[in-house]
Amino acid sequence: MLELALKGEKKYWGLMAVLATIFGVGVITYFYQLQIGLGITGMSRDVSWGFYIAQFTFLVGVAAGGVMVVLPYYLHDYKAFGRITILGEFLAIAAITMCLLFILVDLGQPMRMLNVLFYPTPNSVLFWDMIVLNGYLFLNIVVGWNVLEAERNNTHYPPWVKPLIYVSIPWAISIHTVTAYLYCGLPGRGFWMTAILAPRFLSSAFAAGPALLILLCLIIRRFTNFDPGREQIQSLAKIVTYAILLNLFFFLCEVFVAFYSNIPEHMDHILYLFFGLHGHGVLVPWMWLSIGLMVSGAVLLIIPACRKNEGVLIATCVMIFAGTWIDKGLGMISGGFVPNPLHEVNEYLPTVPEVLITLGVWAAGFIVLTILFKIAVSVKEEAAGVA
Amino acid sequence: MMENSRRNFLKVAGAAALAVGAKPVVDAVAASAGTGHAAPEPVAIKDKEALTAKNWGMVINVGKLDHKTVEAVVAACHVTYNVPDIAFKRHEIKWIWETEFKHAFPSNPNKYLSEKLEHAPILVLCNHCENPPCVRACPTKATFKRETDGVVMMDYHRCIGCRFCMAACPFGARSFNFVDPRPHIKTLNKQYPTRMKGVVEKCTFCVERLAEGKLPACVEASEGAIAFGDLDDPESNVRKLLKEHFTIRRKEALGTEPSVYYIV
Repeated sequence: MLELALKGEKKYWGLMAVLATIFGVGVITYFYQLQIGLGITGMSRDVSWGFYIAQFTFLVGVAAGGVMVVLPYYLHDYKAFGRITILGEFLAIAAITMCLLFILVDLGQPMRMLNVLFYPTPNSVLFWDMIVLNGYLFLNIVVGWNVLEAERNNTHYPPWVKPLIYVSIPWAISIHTVTAYLYCGLPGRGFWMTAILAPRFLSSAFAAGPALLILLCLIIRRFTNFDPGREQIQSLAKIVTYAILLNLFFFLCEVFVAFYSNIPEHMDHILYLFFGLHGHGVLVPWMWLSIGLMVSGAVLLIIPACRKNEGVLIATCVMIFAGTWIDKGLGMISGGFVPNPLHEVNEYLPTVPEVLITLGVWAAGFIVLTILFKIAVSVKEEAAGVA
Repeated sequence: MMENSRRNFLKVAGAAALAVGAKPVVDAVAASAGTGHAAPEPVAIKDKEALTAKNWGMVINVGKLDHKTVEAVVAACHVTYNVPDIAFKRHEIKWIWETEFKHAFPSNPNKYLSEKLEHAPILVLCNHCENPPCVRACPTKATFKRETDGVVMMDYHRCIGCRFCMAACPFGARSFNFVDPRPHIKTLNKQYPTRMKGVVEKCTFCVERLAEGKLPACVEASEGAIAFGDLDDPESNVRKLLKEHFTIRRKEALGTEPSVYYIV
């Protein structure tokens, strides 16, 4: 089926050229980072994880979000999603690709990466994260490819694929749970040390992932002969509604526990993010923007007339995606490091080279996504006889 | 036919790649099951003079330290270990440093702390915890706890620079080489290796000095303010100090069981 990615209109190649250019800039900047070290980033002794790990965390969520089309179709026999499960699976592949690349660019000694395999350490959550992420990538490639190929050949996919599909559903939950466990099991990091971190990650994932999928469905409808379907998009919108409301609810739970208990270790990070601490508050406007976007997005989704209007839905999905991205991709990681374990405030902001490498990784992910979606859409067009 | 053979080739190649990648994992499981035939264990030759203990620990007498002594202690450590002097704060490396009580003990806030203690220089370093969260977090065993004497050590050659240990340490004791440290080393001590960019480092409780029968560099430079000895030996100097004085440790409530005690 790969040959389908080699036949495309000018628009397709134009998009690929733009993405390849951004990717190229990222690669060149990465060589610079290899030369100088991670000192070209804004990270420091105190904020030792920054933009890269934050993007990784956010994108694990997007990958897990793909399960929100797979689960209703295979477990609840919700037929409408049969048209778009492949989009969810292929989005997961692209997102996991980005996750793995973000881990790679964050390593101080990337050429020693295989030490994780050579000296397997089951007491490290990172060891398990490696297993669940690669496993999820593998499952989605095998399942997505076989189901799509069967659709193309107008047959049923081989029976051994079915168990893999069932395994992939809890596996999606596991990737974001284990990723949350990277943070929430660390003593002395009050911001992350909450049992609700994994559920919170999952709720924001099930908002961000399907919101992106809605936008991608609408783009596919606009530019190709395959229509993912109005009912499908509306069902996804309902999923986003529940997920974003849960995410906001979980956040309020965090705020209540931190401030009613009045324990400084838990309050200080939230205070830093939303009000600033000891005169430092570089993320304050961003965090309020994030809350504003998520709350107004949720309100728009709750009102049926707004949710059903596709123009409004597009804006809402952009708001939800941006709001959850700021929350996780900007605040969640550096917020946990400020103040530091000695209760000193040293802030973090990404540098220009760091942002260029980040954009390069996103571009790489979207190249993978574009190729996979091109293949999927071509198969769907063939099947409908409109190609 | 072509299609078929290509597919078969890919299957075999995929399986082979998987097998190569999984071998160490399988070996590790096999070794722990006792079926592996490992190479004979290397035997270290011990210096007769070597200082040994079951559980090394440190007692810092805060009252005995002034700024001048503290500076000498920090310098002694950082010169011995080729710790670079980097002015740019984000890239700073430190193994032992001076701070204030409220930063060393943020979980013991006291608005009305005695004036003497409020401004006293407090030395902070790796606590060589009994339950080190950094060791738990490390995905390659590049940081590990030496079973024989409880020292938390680093293998700079195995560290992949993921910095999970830095997130895990509740004491901010670890530093990362954001840039090549070598140009920032003022006086090179050829007795100890320099590090490269991209790895984490920290205090080692001077294990290589102990192996030669010398006390840690900070202890030597402290003019008697820092005691070093075996916490498991009831007759040791540190245990005697702990019996006689009221001591505290950093963030005791986290259960990491630091091996560094403070007489305040």
